[in-house]
Amino acid sequence: MISTYMGYLAWGAGGWGDEFFFAFIMTMKVSLSAYLMAVLFGLMAAVFKLSRSWILRSLAGVYITVVRALPELLMILIVYFTVAGLAEQALVWAGFVDKGFQFNPFWAAVFALAFVSGAFMAEVVRSALLAVPAGGVEAATAMGMSRPWIFVRVVLPQMMRHALPGMGNLWLSITKDSAIISVLGAFGELLYTGYRAAASTKAYTFFYGFTAVLFLLITIFSLVVLQWMESRLNRGRP
Amino acid sequence: MMTFLGNVVHWLPDLLAAAPLTLVLTLVAGVFGLVFGTILALARLSGQPLLSWPAYAFMFVMRGTPLLVQLYLIYYGLGQLMPGTWVRHSFLWPYLREGLTFALFAYSMNQAAYNAEVLRGAIQAIPKGQIEAAEAIGMTRFQILWRVRLHLAFCNCLPILISDIIILLKSTALASTITVLELMGIARMIQRQSLQIYEPLIACGLVYFAVVVVLTNIMRPMEKRLTRFRKGLE
Repeated sequence: MISTYMGYLAWGAGGWGDEFFFAFIMTMKVSLSAYLMAVLFGLMAAVFKLSRSWILRSLAGVYITVVRALPELLMILIVYFTVAGLAEQALVWAGFVDKGFQFNPFWAAVFALAFVSGAFMAEVVRSALLAVPAGGVEAATAMGMSRPWIFVRVVLPQMMRHALPGMGNLWLSITKDSAIISVLGAFGELLYTGYRAAASTKAYTFFYGFTAVLFLLITIFSLVVLQWMESRLNRGRP
Repeated sequence: MMTFLGNVVHWLPDLLAAAPLTLVLTLVAGVFGLVFGTILALARLSGQPLLSWPAYAFMFVMRGTPLLVQLYLIYYGLGQLMPGTWVRHSFLWPYLREGLTFALFAYSMNQAAYNAEVLRGAIQAIPKGQIEAAEAIGMTRFQILWRVRLHLAFCNCLPILISDIIILLKSTALASTITVLELMGIARMIQRQSLQIYEPLIACGLVYFAVVVVLTNIMRPMEKRLTRFRKGLE
């Protein structure tokens, strides 16, 4: 019994050990890239939502409302098929790339995942921005600090204290949502590898259980890191 | 452009017909999740290591792994284990071959874990004075649990429970991957049969959006009604 399972996880052509190893790295790569992109989307949407121009405000409003109301799977399929295709056509039309250009499926999937999470990120960032007391910004302005410096030195450190719990939750949900892109079947992240391994060996329980354990390891490790970050950001607080 | 919109509208009736199954999935998993989640939260807070540790482990595993993995594990995993046992010959077998049964089970368990975590926080946040007052007027332990602790906990975390229901509704789309023909499943079936990539997805998005908006608007007055006693306090 045990030796069969050890055989399943052997390194090399006979087992699935190396496939799972690279799939683990792939899941981490997808999650990290999507997360960084989602932070950018979220920051942009939050700043738009708080801006004075009504066009930017309603643009961000529509993005946040629509994406948050639709299932992740549907959004990812729509963005993966539609937006990536339109962006390709636009790039070809603008003459930046040659005809027949196609996005790397990796980046298309990362973009889709980030587009979905960005809407949730926007709400986290927006409420964190609103929680920064205005007095500090006014004091910095009075001292003659430039606006970019005010953002980096005064707003950002205070904002992060409020944003970190929400951003941490979003990181955890991105690592889990990255399993959804296995439905696209384009590259070997954890669940897709688990699916292939289970289908070829018929050991469904073992391989899906193993996949679940690997995802759980990511969660546990992330929780430890987040705990450390939270205590570090809150140092110097009365 | 006109043909595109025409196609989107053309698929709407088929997709609307699939919406009830999505709602059934949400409703059944929501109710089971709430009942089992309450039991889990009480087990977690019971102070008995034999009860609280399994509850903690269950909640941690369900919240720490992707729902899609759980769906596959339950659908393919149980599907692999069960035919060899007595279940194969029982009267339940016709239902147990269906993806829907496994989906209902997986969603209920997942929802229970999330609800339990919310309820745990709400139960812990109840002011001690309330329980002491209930003890002072001679309520039994069960009465205190039912009429004071659970009652206050539910009302306090109602907004979160409701937003969890909306999240559940959205996650039912994943059931399409285990052969359940709810909204998303029908949309993907139309995609395959008509060879149109975008139109069924856009139409499906419209239906989901409508369902979410309607559900949110049903829930809001309900929330108001269930917490109406608070008006006197404010």
